[in-house]
Amino acid sequence: MKYIKMRTAFVEEVTKLARKDKNLWILTGDLGFSVFDDFQKEFPAQYLNVGVAEQDLISVAAGLAMSGKKVFVYSISTFLTMRPLEQIRNDLCYQNLPVYLIGGGSTFSYSTFGCTHFPLEDFGLMRLLPNMAVMAPGDPLEVRALIRDVYKRNSPAYIRIAKKGEPIVHATDDVISLGRASKIRDGKDISVLVSGRQLANALSAVVTLKKGNINCRLLSFHTAKPLDEVAIIKAAKETNGLVVVEEHFKNGGLGTAVAETLVQEGISVPVINIGIDDEFPEGSGSQDYFLKKYGLTPEGIIKAVNKILHRD
Amino acid sequence: MNGSMKTKISIKFLSELKQHALKARRAVVSTSAMAGSVHIASALSPIDILIALYFDVLNVDPKNPSNPKRDRFILSKGHGGLGLYCVLVERGFIPKKLLDKYGQDGSILAVHPVLGAVPGIEATTGSLGHGLGMGLGMALAQKRDKNSGRVFVLLSDAECDEGATWEAVMLAGHLKLDNLVVIIDYNKIQCYGRVKDVLDLEPFTDKWLANRWAVAEVNGHKFEELISVLRDIPKQTDRPTVIIAHTIRGKGLPFMENTIEGYYMNIKQNDLDKALVEVY
Repeated sequence: MKYIKMRTAFVEEVTKLARKDKNLWILTGDLGFSVFDDFQKEFPAQYLNVGVAEQDLISVAAGLAMSGKKVFVYSISTFLTMRPLEQIRNDLCYQNLPVYLIGGGSTFSYSTFGCTHFPLEDFGLMRLLPNMAVMAPGDPLEVRALIRDVYKRNSPAYIRIAKKGEPIVHATDDVISLGRASKIRDGKDISVLVSGRQLANALSAVVTLKKGNINCRLLSFHTAKPLDEVAIIKAAKETNGLVVVEEHFKNGGLGTAVAETLVQEGISVPVINIGIDDEFPEGSGSQDYFLKKYGLTPEGIIKAVNKILHRD
Repeated sequence: MNGSMKTKISIKFLSELKQHALKARRAVVSTSAMAGSVHIASALSPIDILIALYFDVLNVDPKNPSNPKRDRFILSKGHGGLGLYCVLVERGFIPKKLLDKYGQDGSILAVHPVLGAVPGIEATTGSLGHGLGMGLGMALAQKRDKNSGRVFVLLSDAECDEGATWEAVMLAGHLKLDNLVVIIDYNKIQCYGRVKDVLDLEPFTDKWLANRWAVAEVNGHKFEELISVLRDIPKQTDRPTVIIAHTIRGKGLPFMENTIEGYYMNIKQNDLDKALVEVY
């Protein structure tokens, strides 16, 4: 598999867009060291580092957007979504402005840094806000497609991207669209709905299960809002149960959104949500150390599928 | 450093401004009485500042309210929204009949301004500490686009308790945004007490100077002083300007002036006629 950093894919795609649009800006809250060097050189008038000031970061982006700009805002996912939550709510969402928040780092990207750097609740917080779209692309090609799609929106968006170098899962000619789950594999036994960089693990699990003659439908739910309810309902009706995989608290994220949809539709199917328990993960370790702890691995996904099929 | 150098404005123009201010104040009092709403004193204290801006300083046109090169005004202290609405009515941005519905079910006008509700409102405010950052973004866009538009942001004194305000103060000084102007409605009373007792802002001027702003101090109810400094923007090249306007909370309604209770007081409809007689 070919690996590319999602963050690199983001900057490359935004740079392409900026070449055609002098009203496209990038703001950073003093993070992303070296990542924006080329952009800044090519578009000095469309770039600003506001310093370590996330509240101001969002309000300034709003002011620019109210002056005809489309603004990509970069910071680490935790700092971007929590410190300025009210600015995101009032300045961006209430005023409904084209400001696109790019959160650097999946839950355990900064695995040795402690929970201050672990985005655990960002999907939940962002999902609550009207006008906001919420995304966690599963591979670098989804990053590129979603960047192009959010740019067409005149409303705010939050995209959480990983940054360690992520495998390309999609074929280059796959159609990837904001708000529509991407079907990576089809099957009739169990549906695996996956958010973000767990896509590669989920694919690995699905390939292994197929060898045991279990055929899974694998859906990349890169967009948590607007939610592809049609794909959820079809998966629930056409397969024997759902496994939702996300690097997020089990509360409030994609798993919750899926459960809400099923309840509202009156559909009763087994659902297992693989995510972070309601606790602050303790200590320090590698990314894999934490992912393994919460079953966010191919083995964890296989175990969940087998559990629904009573094969465990 | 102060407003002692007065611009000459004609007696006729001065009298016109005073008339506009009186009409706006009377509208604030009667509208809030009919609606039974609070935040009256906070809407009254910046009226003279708003009149000076809308009738002399701002390059805005009610017939073309979204001209990209216009000056922008943000009422960061959103709780003074009724004062802004009454001045926008006086200036012809919005019809007076909207005020008659204020506070009623389905009114387009909330206590705090909402972007897009009516022409002339440049930003949604209501939570303190958001307006200056947004104004900074607008001023930056004007600069980078090489447009001449200026941005005026009215802050309350208590809004300077907010950390977000100072994030923007620092950045604006650093970016040398001399097309950005802050006016402080320094009425020295906040929600739960007097500013000097709750969280003293003094030495206030020094704080702005330390952040590379140009500072002017004026009496916020004297049009000669307000206009003299507002016509002279930027006060200093490469520096944003702050105008610390000393005001009286509840100005123009004697029984409400300079009281802490004025924050929460409303006027009974039965007392309206008596109140209107007192307005000056």
